Amino acid sequence: MSIERTYAEINSRIKAGKAVVLTAEEVIERVREKGLSQTAREVDVVTTGTFGPMCSSGAFLNFGHSNPRIRISKVWLNNVPAYAGIAAADAYIGATELPEGDPCNTDYPGEFRYGGGHVIEDLVARKTVHLKATSYGTDCYPRREIETDITLDEINEAILFNPRNGYQNYNCAINLSGRTIHTYMGTLKPQMGNAHYSTSGQLSPLLKDPYFRTIGIGTRIFLGGGIGYVAWNGTQHFPGRLKDENGNDLNGAGGTLAVLGDLKQMKTGWLVGASFRGYGSTLTVGLGIPIPILNEEILALAAKTDDELYAPIVDYSDNYPNSKPGNLGVVSYAELKSGKIRINDKEIPTAPLSSYYKAREIAGTLKQWIEKGEFLLGEPSQLLPGPQAGLSGKTLSSK
Amino acid sequence: MAPERIVLRYSNDTADKPIIYKLVKDYDLIVNILKASINPHKEGTLVLELIGERYAEGIDYLRSQGISVHPLAQEVVRNNDKCTHCGACIVHCPTKALYVERPSMEVKFNEDECVVCLSCLKVCPVKAMEVRL
Repeated sequence: MSIERTYAEINSRIKAGKAVVLTAEEVIERVREKGLSQTAREVDVVTTGTFGPMCSSGAFLNFGHSNPRIRISKVWLNNVPAYAGIAAADAYIGATELPEGDPCNTDYPGEFRYGGGHVIEDLVARKTVHLKATSYGTDCYPRREIETDITLDEINEAILFNPRNGYQNYNCAINLSGRTIHTYMGTLKPQMGNAHYSTSGQLSPLLKDPYFRTIGIGTRIFLGGGIGYVAWNGTQHFPGRLKDENGNDLNGAGGTLAVLGDLKQMKTGWLVGASFRGYGSTLTVGLGIPIPILNEEILALAAKTDDELYAPIVDYSDNYPNSKPGNLGVVSYAELKSGKIRINDKEIPTAPLSSYYKAREIAGTLKQWIEKGEFLLGEPSQLLPGPQAGLSGKTLSSK
Repeated sequence: MAPERIVLRYSNDTADKPIIYKLVKDYDLIVNILKASINPHKEGTLVLELIGERYAEGIDYLRSQGISVHPLAQEVVRNNDKCTHCGACIVHCPTKALYVERPSMEVKFNEDECVVCLSCLKVCPVKAMEVRL
């Protein structure tokens, strides 16, 4: 008889220190050795991980009130503007925001050495961050400006809230044009001189639960070195299926997650400001999700290997910037990770932008937390829309 | 006068041009090649010592050929606390001094192979590569 488990059963085994936890890499080996049914009977949880640049990240901050009080209209943190149109002392610092007066791409390609992602990294490192705020003054909030220094421990709350993280799958980016281009997928050499990808493949959370059978609102996760939660589906959550040129169903395409957590308990090294030459700055986020092995079918998906998971190849010189649909075929993560792929009989060196090395460390850390009984699974109060929801992107048209 | 130590980087459309011959014959410069490498995409890096009265003209000639010319810094070092082992640098390193070790997918840096071309400094998203002068 095939195994069935509940969240409550798994959590009671975690509390008793008896839960069997494997990383998404380790479970592949176990299934090879013992087969699916036996492994499903033995394993309670499979941990996943990903560590890559994730735009659509940021943090809500409440600075506390000054004396006299100020109703902040505009605020800058280390000269990087944060959005203050929320309340008197609340702001949202976005990962891709650039400092006031940044030369951007005026001297192309720009360097983008600092931005909102770096502010978040500095806060987590307990570095002093310079705050400047202005206002127009009201009877209840008379102050019109304040300039001071803050640290993460001196402000009321800091909630990392990333509206779109953990992309299920991502493009393998190439450049078909005759000049070097600078993109959020890194620097791409002309005439397919290199190919960049940005997914942890067989360790990637949403590639291992492609139908969203376990990940939903309230799922407890590893976020930025601490504990976080899945808050909702991410923006641009289009969890369709990737197909090859012959229409064969391959794997998940583009599901995303909105995640949140208390920034104060996150750790240095797991939220890292990143600069992409000629593009901008962002935040590299460490994210890991435990997949409860509720049944054999969930295990079968969680045990998919790099040679069973594929990325679409997309040209970033013309197709991507000009929103031309379609791709140049698909390539497996096993091929991408080998360091070279072939397109049109040309051998192309590949490189990741997401760190598989760190992704493995995240999956391993999450495994340890669960084994020690420090981390219980959060049962989702609602699962996220899966491929059958038929979600697809809308176009912003000029009218 | 001591010779200048410089790093030249050229793309595949320059790889077949006899630039060293031109430096010697047309600009009467003394060339000492310290290190040379060319990758499978015919992108090359040359580390030279260069001396002669028409040094500046020779450099102008190189730049007119689309070759980037930089002074040779002392060495490039990796800040291991900052490196996230993402791999964004790998294909931009002309000598494979930066490479991915498989299957761990850890990014390694072999300083002996580095020609100080500084490409990695430009593409590293977390600024883990640094110049030590």
